[in-house]
Amino acid sequence: MFCRCEVAFGGEPNTRVCPVCLGLPGALPVPNKKAIEFVLRTALALNCKIAMRSVFHRKNYFYPDLPKGFQVSQYGETNPLGYHGFLDVPNAEGGIKRIGIRRIHLEEDTGKLMHLPSGGSGVDYNRAGVPLMEVVTDFPPDINTPDEAREYMVQLRQILLYLGVCDGKMEEGSMRCEPNISIRLEGAEELGTKTELKNLNSFRSVQLGIQFETRRQIAVLESGGKVAQETRGWNDATETSFAMRLKESENDYRYFEDPDLIPMEFTEEYIESLRATLPELPLAKYRRYMADYGMTTKEAGVLTGDKHWAGFFEQGVALGADPKLFSNWMNSELAKYLNETGQVIHADLADDHHALSKITPNHLLGLIVLIQDGTISGKTAKDIFREMLVSGDQASGILAKSNLTQISDDEQIKAWCKEVIQNNPDPVAKYKSGVINVIGFLVGQVMKQSQGRANAQLVQELMKAELENA
Amino acid sequence: MLTELSAVELAAKLRSREVSATEVAQAQLNRIAELDANLGAFLHVSPENVLEEAANAQKLLDSGEGGALTGVPIALKDNMCTLGLPTTCASKILENYIPPYDATVVGRLREQGLVLLGKTNMDEFAMGGSTEKSAYRSCHNPWDLTCAPGGSSGGSAVAVAGSLAPLSLGSDTGGSIRQPASLCGIVGFKPTYGRVSRYGLVAFSSSLDQIGPFGRSVEDVAAISDVISGYDHHDSTSLPNAGMDNSGLKDGTLKGKRFALPKELFGSGIEPGVLSVIHETIDLLKKEGVEFTEVSVPSIAQAVTIYYIIAPAEASSNLARFDGVRYGPRIEGDGHIGSAAKTRGELFGHEVKARIMIGTYALSAGYFDAYYLRAQQVRAVMAQDFEKIFAEFDAVFSPTSPAVAFKLGALDSDPMALKMLDLCTIPANMGGFPAISLNAGLSGGLPVGLQLMGPVMGDENLLQLAYSVERAMPAATVRPRL
Repeated sequence: MFCRCEVAFGGEPNTRVCPVCLGLPGALPVPNKKAIEFVLRTALALNCKIAMRSVFHRKNYFYPDLPKGFQVSQYGETNPLGYHGFLDVPNAEGGIKRIGIRRIHLEEDTGKLMHLPSGGSGVDYNRAGVPLMEVVTDFPPDINTPDEAREYMVQLRQILLYLGVCDGKMEEGSMRCEPNISIRLEGAEELGTKTELKNLNSFRSVQLGIQFETRRQIAVLESGGKVAQETRGWNDATETSFAMRLKESENDYRYFEDPDLIPMEFTEEYIESLRATLPELPLAKYRRYMADYGMTTKEAGVLTGDKHWAGFFEQGVALGADPKLFSNWMNSELAKYLNETGQVIHADLADDHHALSKITPNHLLGLIVLIQDGTISGKTAKDIFREMLVSGDQASGILAKSNLTQISDDEQIKAWCKEVIQNNPDPVAKYKSGVINVIGFLVGQVMKQSQGRANAQLVQELMKAELENA
Repeated sequence: MLTELSAVELAAKLRSREVSATEVAQAQLNRIAELDANLGAFLHVSPENVLEEAANAQKLLDSGEGGALTGVPIALKDNMCTLGLPTTCASKILENYIPPYDATVVGRLREQGLVLLGKTNMDEFAMGGSTEKSAYRSCHNPWDLTCAPGGSSGGSAVAVAGSLAPLSLGSDTGGSIRQPASLCGIVGFKPTYGRVSRYGLVAFSSSLDQIGPFGRSVEDVAAISDVISGYDHHDSTSLPNAGMDNSGLKDGTLKGKRFALPKELFGSGIEPGVLSVIHETIDLLKKEGVEFTEVSVPSIAQAVTIYYIIAPAEASSNLARFDGVRYGPRIEGDGHIGSAAKTRGELFGHEVKARIMIGTYALSAGYFDAYYLRAQQVRAVMAQDFEKIFAEFDAVFSPTSPAVAFKLGALDSDPMALKMLDLCTIPANMGGFPAISLNAGLSGGLPVGLQLMGPVMGDENLLQLAYSVERAMPAATVRPRL
């Protein structure tokens, strides 16, 4: 946040450090402009008010993972870069749940304590000083169930990914969730004592953790006990929470303005210029897809769930693809293939383990056009698609090189029909006796003979005519 | 004698090849070897390093790529980080600590080929006004070895006053350059806050700390100010147009200049001997055409009070990093908090611990508004008061220190008296404006400093005025006999 060390996950301990993030004597912080911009864009996306003048504070406490003995953070109700906003979370019924956002502030991350194999502890400061944006939901809380908490996290992550401010990898800690959980009797006004849950590294553990905590608190109260105000850790293996530390009294962090940092002041023009960089956000896209393309909540949800997926779709549509057909192909064949191979459709998503797929919106569009104009059958399309994935060639090219063109030649098809009728007297007899369903079998035989290339609709028509004549 | 030459004279002789950088460095090393056992100005001197740097400087000079002060030796207060050289802040908690990087000022000195002579003695973490709080060795005033040199940059002041170095750098949080300059009879300059980068200066009070030079003349101080000032992207509080250009230093005049005399700095707290030297100087300067006007700045009465809230508050946080985990010695205790408490308890000196306690208290919930916030409000008022004066006057004129050098140990039982010695110097730190101390004469054989303060960013003008004042005062160049 205040130096130029690389932000990355893992790596040899204490290899991405400098005098500033190690808090060496004499080192001074200089704020990262990009990080401030990221928080402001997030705040705008989450409908927050922007603090036109915002300062950094020091939060003073001793802990080995805190190199300076204080954490640079932001204190106060209206001082954080963003405050008093909200996030609308769509639910499966097509409705919206509005979750209030109290504040979004910027601070620096701490290092990590590690237990050494040789015994004793060590500290890895690679993470120390990495920019940390904290999004705090409202109090009294709007989130009432573990499912809502999960949906909120899903929607928030989508927005962060759309904005490009975070890679959203919960398993690597680049997005973390620390829910505060309290319960009350149905109809009661006052909330019970809250507990805070840490170490939740997936959406699933967020949901399970809150579920567990809720049940645990109910059990404590029903057995006549009292819920202790404490921070609890989540054990993913046993799916239980455990006490970490009691919060008997509020710590005195001796917050004061960091004298090494000057106040941040923003102009209206600057904020508006940031607002202009906001992409269409997932919820707006979701609503637009349903309105413009007649999509179901499920289809729209799948397409907008990832900004690159939505981008792929929109490029296809921009090239003239039929939205429904295009989205069907994306969500079935393409999705299945990507899932099988671990490939990705955008360079930003590619890494050591995920190769970039050769399929572009243009490829998929070319394939769909051939289906639409009857050049190829649905089955052939799938074969071409597979071929396309490997070679990266356009569908028309693959088609030209092979003899996969659909056969719509009446005479050829008639000949096949006659042959099939001759070779299958029993089904033909059944058809004549009124079991007309059996035509499916006969058509299938023609398709087989044509190696799937015959125009199925034409076969159906001609078979019917031939049977009448037979 | 080479060691008696001014920095500017030395630089000229080095450029003309009349002397070599090695000869100059060796002369200073010899003088240090001869006198520092009794003066205690230095904490670390590595002759090998010094001679190596001198040889490098000579290469620069020979290639014609040298700057204004290439080859001139300089001493550094031991709170400025030096790559490969110890930086201890005169504290046991940083014993043998060698930083992995250079402070920005140190980098500038190296770039310009100045020769780093060594690290100077100071009050531990710059907390004190006498250099008696050094955890390593006592430091003595060259005018009277039984007296304190003032502080906290006492070692840097003594090095220059005793001609162990032609130049030195100190840091000034409430007067830590100007007060020892006054007590040792030399020139000490605190530039506008933000003109010299603080990156690599071990922080005491971030909003007040400012690096500045000591010299035996205003000309020397102006020359080194040009080298060390400048914007630094490593320091958020660095000013955009921080670089100084003192090429017009000698072009000024005192005729028609208007100096303000705040009556709060001429009151009963000032020693009669000091007052009489200052009044003599005023008479002298009147003859040069300076017009003096008495003014009142009531907020000055609160200067020491707010200083002892703001500085310790920031220090309590700045010094939290010394927990024995990452660097420096560590004393094991029960868990992290136990070890940190033991390390800090045993290795910080009494004064440092006292200030951390005061600062922690001032920032605590329930007291924050009454102490820290209130002090910041008074600070803002004081800065405004001075701004108004600077709108009407060319400079504010006062004694630098209410008293001359005192006997070592004399104020041990009177910490308040020691703190009151900062009365005249604190306002410049509160307002961030530049201030300089010059020797005005002697009282009882000990130097008396006068202080000139100017508006924020008025450093060049202030130095120009100081240069003219120095020319008018015969006492300005009196040296101690060692």
